Amino acid sequence: MADTASNTIARTAGPDMRSLLRRLAPFFGTPLNAALTVVLLWLMARFGWLLLDWAVLKAAIFPAEPETCVGKTGACWSFVIAKSGQILFGIYPPTERWRAGLVCVLIITTLVASARPSAWRPSLGLVWVAMMVVVLWLMGGGFGLAAVPTSSWGGLPVTLILTVFAIGLGFPAAILLALGRRSNLPVVRTLSVLFIETIRGLPLLSLLLVASILLPLFLPEALLPDKFVRALIALTIFAAAYLAEVLRGGLQSIPSGQSEAAEALGLGYWKTQRLIILPQAIRIVIPALTNTIIVMIKNTSLVLVVGLFDLISSGKAALSDPAWPAPSTETFLFIGLIYFALAFSFARFADFLERSGAEKRG
Amino acid sequence: MKNVERQTDRGAAIKIENLGKSFGDFQALRNVTLTVAQGERIVICGPSGSGKSTLIRTINRLEQHQTGRIVVEGTELTNDLKGIEKIRSEVGMVFQHFNLFPHLTVLENCTLAPIWVRKLPREEAKETAMHFLRKVRIPEQAGKYPGQLSGGQQQRVAIARALCMRPRIMLFDEPTSALDPEMIKEVLDTIIGLANEGMTMVCVTHEMGFAQAVADRVVFMDGGQIVEENVPAAFFSSPRNERTKLFLSQILGQ
Repeated sequence: MADTASNTIARTAGPDMRSLLRRLAPFFGTPLNAALTVVLLWLMARFGWLLLDWAVLKAAIFPAEPETCVGKTGACWSFVIAKSGQILFGIYPPTERWRAGLVCVLIITTLVASARPSAWRPSLGLVWVAMMVVVLWLMGGGFGLAAVPTSSWGGLPVTLILTVFAIGLGFPAAILLALGRRSNLPVVRTLSVLFIETIRGLPLLSLLLVASILLPLFLPEALLPDKFVRALIALTIFAAAYLAEVLRGGLQSIPSGQSEAAEALGLGYWKTQRLIILPQAIRIVIPALTNTIIVMIKNTSLVLVVGLFDLISSGKAALSDPAWPAPSTETFLFIGLIYFALAFSFARFADFLERSGAEKRG
Repeated sequence: MKNVERQTDRGAAIKIENLGKSFGDFQALRNVTLTVAQGERIVICGPSGSGKSTLIRTINRLEQHQTGRIVVEGTELTNDLKGIEKIRSEVGMVFQHFNLFPHLTVLENCTLAPIWVRKLPREEAKETAMHFLRKVRIPEQAGKYPGQLSGGQQQRVAIARALCMRPRIMLFDEPTSALDPEMIKEVLDTIIGLANEGMTMVCVTHEMGFAQAVADRVVFMDGGQIVEENVPAAFFSSPRNERTKLFLSQILGQ
């Protein structure tokens, strides 16, 4: 009924009116759709208003002092502004924070610069190694900079370093594991399967606890790596096992004719994998890789259980300041936005890669 | 007998002796002996499952043989990896399903192995590639991706890709079986062109007209064995073995 009514209107109305009606049809075409639309609009308006009221209209923003928040019913942004340094950089010595900030800029710049496929040359690997070395120097000090032990590292740089290092080191390891699992050599294959299945069978939390609590009991002090390094190793092997299984899916989907053709041309095993098989396999599994990598970005927050100060633990530490009311919602929203920005921009990047590949091959 | 003399005169390109191979319980090749002289053109035919593809794939060791021996251009095929890669770079292969690399352009398909295996400078590899793409008459497609070409064009690129390695022997494994009928001729013409230049080639095919036109010898296989081999005229006009007769009558519709 409603449909015929709108059709009648559409026929009698002018062309502008008609296209407007066509566009509205999905929302108001049937009585049920119309009712749903109205209810949803009402809900959106209601909660939108509440959010606006809380986050902006009634919010305490300036000046960034504890008194600003007193008596306000809205968000206490002045806390986030006043404590942003502590949330972002944790217990890193305040006088040296510029170094931690520079580390974040350096990592993000390198990531952005590596985004274009045209930049993917062997020299990019060197850029990454150089970036990692400079990052460790800036964070840890030495060679003219004041030394800062890893126990004082904290906040966004810790999250970024753990993510980039765990995936940067875990990805090549994952490639080797995935190839190993498909190898013709029984020893290599068995070891790869054993490693992947063991790590996949364990929760990340238990890996982190083993790395931070159990290892010191077994290893003499001299052989024991730093707590930060131990957590990083745990994250890396976890990432490697998961990424390896994602990659294996891609490797299995490449027809055997591809490696036969490559080998018939005299390309050996490694060149065949590197030039023919992996480029195709990785492109196929981009959606699954994206998913795993985004999970890994957020997994880094679990290091707080072993006493490392990532973004979330830094936020919690900042909240414990007795001089302030503890506006945890605002703080975690702020931290959540940072995680969202990281994960979302990565997802968009993966989307761009997928589309650029599809266009290329027509 | 004349044939045998010519082989010894010109030296063997491929020498296969008492070759045997099985996949589990299935005996794919039994006691196959075949010698291919330099510049000789061999066509292998036979019903499906007769072992002809397996045989041609053992020549560049895509399949490993279990008994007997294969000597290609004076090098015996063993587990020695260096020897295998050397032979593979001298033996070009064209597959039924083309097996072009879909993530690379036509030109990159052709320059990849010369650059990475022959260590040719990029520019020189490009020139070689364009030379052979012109030869298979599709230089204008150099910048396209394989997925944008027709089956016949793809197979011609595959031939050019193999030729870019400047192989001494070409193997064709049913090069026209996956093609639409109207594209078979363009691929066969390309192969005939090569044959006329004196390239040593072994071709598994059901195209009997092609066999008649270019083959020096036709080899008929059945049940993993060579049942009959002869010069084309005699092979087609007076097949000796019953199985050959049956096969020819089926495939030629006589």
